[in-house]
Amino acid sequence: MANMTMIQAIQDAMRVAMEADSRVLVLGEDIGKNGGVFRATEGLMAAFGENRVIDTPLAESGIIGTAVGLALNGMRPIAEIQFLGFIYETMDQVSAQAARMRFRSQGRFSVPMVIRSPFGGGVRTPELHSDSLEALFLHSPGIKVVMPSNPYDAKGLLLAALADDDPVLFLEPMKLYRAFRGEVPEGSYQVPLGKANVVQEGNDVTVIAWGPTVPVALEAAKSVSDQQGVSCEVIDLRTISPIDIDTIVNSVQKTGKAVIVHEAVRAGGVGAEITAQINERAFLSLEAPVARVTGYDTPYPVPTLEDYWLPDAKRTGEAILRTVHF
Amino acid sequence: MKTYTADFGVSMYQILAEDGSVRGDLPELSDDKLIEFYKWMLLTRLYDQRAFNLQRQGRIGTYAPFSGQEAAQIGSFAALKNTDWLATSYREMAGLIYHGLPMEHALLYSMGHPDGGKMPTNLNVLPVQIIIAGQVLHAVGAGLASKLRGESNIAVTYYGDGASSQGDVHEAMNFAAVYKAPVIFFCQNNHWAISVPVSKQMATPTIAQKAVAYGMEGIRVDGNDVLAVYSAMKYAADRARSGEGPTLIEAVTYRLGSHTTADDPTRYRNETELKEWQEKRDPLIRFRIFLENKGIWNEQQENEWREEAKQKIDAAVEKAESHPKAEPSSFFDHVYADLTGPLAEQKQDFVQRLNQGEGR
Repeated sequence: MANMTMIQAIQDAMRVAMEADSRVLVLGEDIGKNGGVFRATEGLMAAFGENRVIDTPLAESGIIGTAVGLALNGMRPIAEIQFLGFIYETMDQVSAQAARMRFRSQGRFSVPMVIRSPFGGGVRTPELHSDSLEALFLHSPGIKVVMPSNPYDAKGLLLAALADDDPVLFLEPMKLYRAFRGEVPEGSYQVPLGKANVVQEGNDVTVIAWGPTVPVALEAAKSVSDQQGVSCEVIDLRTISPIDIDTIVNSVQKTGKAVIVHEAVRAGGVGAEITAQINERAFLSLEAPVARVTGYDTPYPVPTLEDYWLPDAKRTGEAILRTVHF
Repeated sequence: MKTYTADFGVSMYQILAEDGSVRGDLPELSDDKLIEFYKWMLLTRLYDQRAFNLQRQGRIGTYAPFSGQEAAQIGSFAALKNTDWLATSYREMAGLIYHGLPMEHALLYSMGHPDGGKMPTNLNVLPVQIIIAGQVLHAVGAGLASKLRGESNIAVTYYGDGASSQGDVHEAMNFAAVYKAPVIFFCQNNHWAISVPVSKQMATPTIAQKAVAYGMEGIRVDGNDVLAVYSAMKYAADRARSGEGPTLIEAVTYRLGSHTTADDPTRYRNETELKEWQEKRDPLIRFRIFLENKGIWNEQQENEWREEAKQKIDAAVEKAESHPKAEPSSFFDHVYADLTGPLAEQKQDFVQRLNQGEGR
């Protein structure tokens, strides 16, 4: 076991995968000599050479489209999109090409690739760097979407994503890259995709979060527990597509109440999907409307205003209390 | 201030003139091979006409005709190996059929059968691409993978003049040149992107000259001259296989028909231009005159082959039409490698409705 930050765990996962499998290669902007703008790929070029750690031209669609071709022809590429806001440039290659190749070819071809990208607010980035865009890809059949919230999960989920035969979008919360350390096993292990994690058990309300809002949900849960003795069950969804609805439904059947916390804008978000599924599957268990604590339906604001925009423990705590006392 | 504009003086490579006379160095091809080229061009021309009629009869769906582009396709595919990677658009059916895609398989695609996208496993051919230029980058990645793994396969992508305007073509050419990937960019300039002529598509007089900006070799070839196309493609394929990197080939050709069966070219295209290409530059007529002048083809052979070709096409149509219908629930099966939980549930629900006669 080692004590690592999330960024170190991610780097460790790539190193472990590259050592184990010569088909794994990494490509993206500034990921080679520079080691990535967050240093996620630091040292990999020195260890594995320029053929496996490829500094690409500055062209996001080019990175993803080339990775699709690499994956089709037997490689296991990890493509980095420097910041998630830049993924708009690649929407065709991600959603129409990578995600649909298996379907279009009736299983003849698969695209086993991982797209890594930092996202999420609270770190004062310029515009289009912090946006949470996971809902766009929940709406794209054929691709899986993974969003870790701690170093252990980050490594295990990334190794599982690399072993997966489908394209996986692996979204890394920037704010958590170096926010805390955690125990991370050496070598290879996997945290399965599509399985949520019940981080904290509780009886009064289910709080569902993923990526950067997991610590927010935990902080809110602690505060409502301290203030009013409210017992929250906190679920870290880990994987946005496919959603582990069973874990959510089991919990809501126990607590009768649910609050969803995500950074992405509210309209058409993953929270809306989860709410709909709770209604479909656990309506008679509900004792209060499902609440959502989210970013507002505006473009991500400038750095001086982002703290007002982001869901925090205070807003989340209020939503939990409103729901519990409905 | 020093500014630059360049007249790249790109000339068109040609072996056979429009009247079938020889103007350049003939490639080393046996008489049998030459006859084979012609037979494939004629077969695919007849296939194209038949497919168009099948659409009009409501027996297949929307179809994108390629008549006029047979030389560009047969000539270029002839320089490739079965193991090479091919990323094409929807208008390369002549080339793909020559390459080994059974005609009935090509029809399945137009019939809207899911098996249309499942290319034969002995060929490294990606499902035909609908998104203009979406496939071009895949060839760069596939070619690069072959290079990294030390294989001699190359990757070829086919696209049109309209696709040249897409950002992905720029990104792909740039990537391929930087990595010296074994890739051929084969652009069939058929002069029209639905209703927009190439002169309104781009401000450059040629597409081949774009190679200069990326640091790769470019060739402008008469796309209706099957021998020139073959020679150009062979040159590019040899370069790619020997590690010299990508080549851009602009094959200057013409779409004689509509963009698709849903399109009416008389709304935008002038009759004189069409006649000029139909009467003076048809790739089949030109090559047939060459073969006849060479004394290896005559009217009797022509008639016999037309008859034989029609029978082959009939058989393919019959085969396609008797292909087993797709199981409706199969659309759940190839979304992910393994059916995910939510999808498994939807499939179960769907199958249950189907069994109760409530499907659709």
